[in-house]
Amino acid sequence: MDYNEFASESEEKNYTIFAFTENKVGLLNRIIIIFTRRHINIESITVSESEVRGVYRYTIIIRSKLETVEKLVKQIAKQVDVLRASFYPEEATVFQELAMYKIPMSSIVNASEVEKIVRDSHARILTVDPEYIIIEKTGHQEETQELFEKLAPFGILQFVRSGRVAITKHMKDLRTYLREQAEAYS
Amino acid sequence: MSLATELTEKEIKTTTEKKIVTGAQGVLLSLLEEGVDTIFGYPGGAIMPIYDALYDFSDSLKHYLVRHEQGGIHAAQGYARITGRPGVCFATSGPGATNLITGIADAQIDSTPLVCITGQVFSHLLGTDAFQETDVIGVTMPVTKWSYQVTRAEEIPEAIAKAFYIASSGRPGPVLIDITKDAQNASFEFGYKKWKKIASYFPKPKLNLSAVQAAADLINQAKKPFILWGQGILLSHAEEEFKAFVEKAGIPAAWTILGLSGLPTEHPLNVGMLGMHGNYGPNLKTNEADVIIAIGMRFDDRVTGDLKRYAKQAKIIHIEIDQAEINKNVRATVAVNADAKEALQALTTLVEEKQHKAWVQTFKDCYEIEYNKVIRDKLYPSTDKLQMGEAIRVISEQTDGQAVLVTDVGQHQMMSMRYYNFKQLNSNITSGGAGTMGFCLPAAMGAKVGAPDRQVVAVIGDGGFQMTIQELGCIFQYQIGVKIVILNNNFLGMVRQWQQLFHQKRYSFTEMVNPDFVGISKAYGIEASKVTDRDNLQAEVKKMLEHDGPYLLEVVVETEENVFPMVPAGDSVANIRLE
Ligand SMILES: Cc1ncc(C[n+]2csc(CCOP(=O)(O)OP(=O)(O)O)c2C)c(N)n1
Repeated sequence: MDYNEFASESEEKNYTIFAFTENKVGLLNRIIIIFTRRHINIESITVSESEVRGVYRYTIIIRSKLETVEKLVKQIAKQVDVLRASFYPEEATVFQELAMYKIPMSSIVNASEVEKIVRDSHARILTVDPEYIIIEKTGHQEETQELFEKLAPFGILQFVRSGRVAITKHMKDLRTYLREQAEAYS
Repeated sequence: MSLATELTEKEIKTTTEKKIVTGAQGVLLSLLEEGVDTIFGYPGGAIMPIYDALYDFSDSLKHYLVRHEQGGIHAAQGYARITGRPGVCFATSGPGATNLITGIADAQIDSTPLVCITGQVFSHLLGTDAFQETDVIGVTMPVTKWSYQVTRAEEIPEAIAKAFYIASSGRPGPVLIDITKDAQNASFEFGYKKWKKIASYFPKPKLNLSAVQAAADLINQAKKPFILWGQGILLSHAEEEFKAFVEKAGIPAAWTILGLSGLPTEHPLNVGMLGMHGNYGPNLKTNEADVIIAIGMRFDDRVTGDLKRYAKQAKIIHIEIDQAEINKNVRATVAVNADAKEALQALTTLVEEKQHKAWVQTFKDCYEIEYNKVIRDKLYPSTDKLQMGEAIRVISEQTDGQAVLVTDVGQHQMMSMRYYNFKQLNSNITSGGAGTMGFCLPAAMGAKVGAPDRQVVAVIGDGGFQMTIQELGCIFQYQIGVKIVILNNNFLGMVRQWQQLFHQKRYSFTEMVNPDFVGISKAYGIEASKVTDRDNLQAEVKKMLEHDGPYLLEVVVETEENVFPMVPAGDSVANIRLE
């Protein structure tokens, strides 16, 4: 596994941990325990089926030292129902978050003003209702936050931001990793 | 012919012909398929179908009714440790299952293969706070290697087959199968297939020969090489390969308490015990060695003391099957992520034949110092009261180092590790990583069941004995011939020692007013005696060992004896104190 691809660094930074797993009841709990036991805060976690049918991808974001994330990932990889676990620094991934903003219609005096903000922010209007509109934006946290600040004067009724999803930049695919891994074990 | 033999014989003869059985019968048939013949357990509502089925299997499955589920799991641990096969225990839902947890946690940290089967409420009641419903899967998740809840009878054979495979492969550990009562009652078509592979589970890394070569290169250049070995040697049955390696390379070797008896105590290159109450030389020399070869051990803090001042001068070779242990506490210069047996076979061919005479001699010199300052007085004291060390020496001499020694946790444990002269391999059973008081008596019981032809001696403190004292009932009922030695100092000795050394002798709640242990034992129908004088020690130990069946010997020892040497918690191994 590629834990040591990155130079040893001692400052804290954001790491993206990927775990590819079987779809098993309770596995999420098993994985979470590995963090809570070490008093490590998970910034975000998302789970979805991966490009390989039946294999689930956990995307876990933490802020930690390299040494810590290395140990955590080994503990995750060790779980019986985990096929593969790895981690990457931010710069090795392309990542996004999704944000939604609900604005009351009553506060929108000039519709074109809102439309301009939406356009400039590369966001889009998801729903228009007589009472409210819902705007959606994908992007990095700073970007969705920036839109939040811009919409704030209109009075944001609800705001939600998803956990981060990410894709690695390298070209090696999961099947190759799994094959290599299977070959390394008897 | 019982149902069990009828069914199993059918199974063996015709694997294609399947048989309709209940889930409960399926559990027992699955255990038979795995070669199980011994179960430690305790019944209750949610596991009654399995117990009912067990009634018909009594000629093929021997069940020991323990007196508390904690006794059951520790017995299964003792059994697993001595036989090398997974120990099996049964418990009912709720409190029955939660009573297993201490033992499961102990087995997890000490890598002991266990298959625990718990009954669970009916599946339609799950999550309703039903009577005796506890989320056992949830509660045991952090301390099991794997667990699975069965809600349909059809899942039973596969769940159990996986359980045995996972428990015993790679780095062993405890697994738990929780079976709802309806799954036990339902009928299904039984068929069994052993598991040898799980797609997402990678227990055994292939040996990386270039890593082994790199390790050999370091060893061949080393001037002061030093081996630290742990239970990995025993778990991979690598005792012979280990001895061959140590002897060819001529390297002094020291053990963790779980590695003890991986090489005979008196082997000329066995330089003793690591860690907090280990020997003087091994601790001091850790910070002088140029190459450290750690095999099947995990650098526990009781072994390393302060990591910032631990072996900083040394290049570290870490041979370890569990990838997660590598670089966890100590950075490896060369990591060999492999089974110890395979790694040692390869490594031995690559290392040069050597004798590090002068270096080995420095360990002997340290031993000399330790002998004069500490050991002699422990083995041959001139005090009025008996001492723990001499009791262990006498037991060691009279059993000729051939016994299985099972210990509890505390001063008596450290004294046993230090002073029993192990001549037989794989003969030490103790609770290491968890340090679980109450472990000894039931674990000794399980060990004796697993190795009925061996002398099994349980050495326990007066404190720990009273934590699982109820298992005297099980020992009596099944006439399990363990020899129980209570080293009675009327104190929670190890805690008292810390209070003396680090808390200005403030003996806060460590003194014990004890019952009449001999009387209790006799009331349980177990022959017993008590010794207070040195003059009678030999004779009393002899009487105990020669007694046919279980026996309890209370040895009244010095109240305020201390275990030395000692590396104070968090200090450097180099600061080991002899007094
Ligand atoms: C279940 C449990 N509770 C508490 C402890 C903490 N502890 C460690 S050693 C010890 C004293 C043991 O006393 P005793 O059994 O009399 O043995 P001695 O040290 O006197 O030989 C205690 C309380 C423990 N290890 N396990």
